[in-house]
Amino acid sequence: MSRNAETLIRADGVSVRLGGNAVLEGVDLAIRPGEIVTVVGPNGSGKSTLLRVLIGAVFPTHGSVERGGGLRIGYVPQKLHIDPTLPLTVRRFLNLPRRHRADEIRDSLERAGLQAYADASMSDLSGGQFQRALMARALIDKPNLLMLDEASQGLDQTGTADFYRQVEEIRDTLGCAVLMVSHDLHVVMRAADRVICLNHSICCQGHPEAVTAAPEYRALFGTDADEALALFRHDPHKHPHEHPDGNECHAQGHEKKSADA
Amino acid sequence: MLDDFMVRALLAGLGVVLAAAPLGCFVVWRRMAFFGAATAHAAVLGVALAIALSISVFAGVLVISLLMAVLVTLLTGRGYAMDTLLGVMAHAALAFGLVAVSFLSDVRIDLMAYLFGDILAVGQADLAVIWGGSLLVIGLVIFRWQALLTATVSDDLAYAEGYHPRREELILTISLAIVVAVAIKVVGVLLIAALLIIPAATARPFSSTPERMAIGAAGVGVASVAGGLWGSWNLDTPTGPTIVCIAALLFAGLNILARLIPRARSSG
Repeated sequence: MSRNAETLIRADGVSVRLGGNAVLEGVDLAIRPGEIVTVVGPNGSGKSTLLRVLIGAVFPTHGSVERGGGLRIGYVPQKLHIDPTLPLTVRRFLNLPRRHRADEIRDSLERAGLQAYADASMSDLSGGQFQRALMARALIDKPNLLMLDEASQGLDQTGTADFYRQVEEIRDTLGCAVLMVSHDLHVVMRAADRVICLNHSICCQGHPEAVTAAPEYRALFGTDADEALALFRHDPHKHPHEHPDGNECHAQGHEKKSADA
Repeated sequence: MLDDFMVRALLAGLGVVLAAAPLGCFVVWRRMAFFGAATAHAAVLGVALAIALSISVFAGVLVISLLMAVLVTLLTGRGYAMDTLLGVMAHAALAFGLVAVSFLSDVRIDLMAYLFGDILAVGQADLAVIWGGSLLVIGLVIFRWQALLTATVSDDLAYAEGYHPRREELILTISLAIVVAVAIKVVGVLLIAALLIIPAATARPFSSTPERMAIGAAGVGVASVAGGLWGSWNLDTPTGPTIVCIAALLFAGLNILARLIPRARSSG
């Protein structure tokens, strides 16, 4: 896993206004190779919009997004509706937008536990299988940045825990950075190298443990935050990764917070 | 025994349905059926303008259809939903077209020929225009196939892959305008949408992948043209509507068949 100073993607002072509402305000964010970054925030805090700005689906009203050379994004959307008039097998879905050799498809399906479903229609998959197919498609081109939007949605607690373990595995085997968005505090904390707490603007960020202790974070999530912190402290698999800027909430966050509240 | 004009009619029909098949699939997948119909209705204004300006009907229709399609694409989401905008603009264009035709009193225009097509009157030059437009559309759709398909599955997936879904949509829109322009002689403005939608919808229950659906739609289109020409020759019925009737009968028959043989269906 490389961890040099080069950034994969960077947002500089990104603000987005949709229909007169400020969805994002002055968000600065840089993702470095191989790190797992989790964006947490309440519903409607702009998390999904932030991801959509980064993939280029939403144009920032102010600020800019800079993509590093050779950036390959694997994107797993929050939900995907496939029109019933569109026939699409799992195999065909994995071949979008680039076609892959049969053995690559087979390997990918095997890793996702979908080897029996290559010729099944996407619309016949269960929620969990559909999620795994989305993930397999995002990974098949070996991205260096995997983006997950509420990917654990609809999974039960065990499923969610497995899912985040899987995310760590993917990072370790592929060496890709992971940027994920979630409102699910409990499990998110375990897998992240860095947590960004978003409520239209970034209110605090850093190492998960530091963030869960930050007053801004606790103000946003209340007692849920206590439980998440407790969970985190009892987790025997703490992350050994280094965090140059990890152990404090950014001063910038403190200033923004007052304007936000 | 087929006379020369029947051969030309057959070739004209094939040119239209082969381009309409893959394009019609996208129209169905992206729920643009009304868009196709509205673009076609606006074509009447193009016919009127072409005759008034003494330019080719094909060019007039192409310009108006393109203008209409691009305007709707640009205006959508700015206060009105797409179907509302289409409803306003398509019918306004149709009405202005009909009124404009009435001013052209010195020219005798058989409006029926443009509303329902006149495939038996297709000449050599028409054939060249039809196949030129048709091959252009087929080429465009094949060239952009993977990008169009990705954008159809999800705009966000397409953005993440570095595509521009709006640009892909514009390619479909332009293709649609071209198909409308070349099909006007074959089935007329009122029935063009049928050749886009019915073959694609007929192929759906028998297709497990987008490609099979497009090829199936082409097959249904070819069968409709052949069957329609044969039917209109033998029953002395108007050819364009007969082609659409055959397509509709194939749709009904094959859909019932698909329900009787559940294994042939790829999904509910």
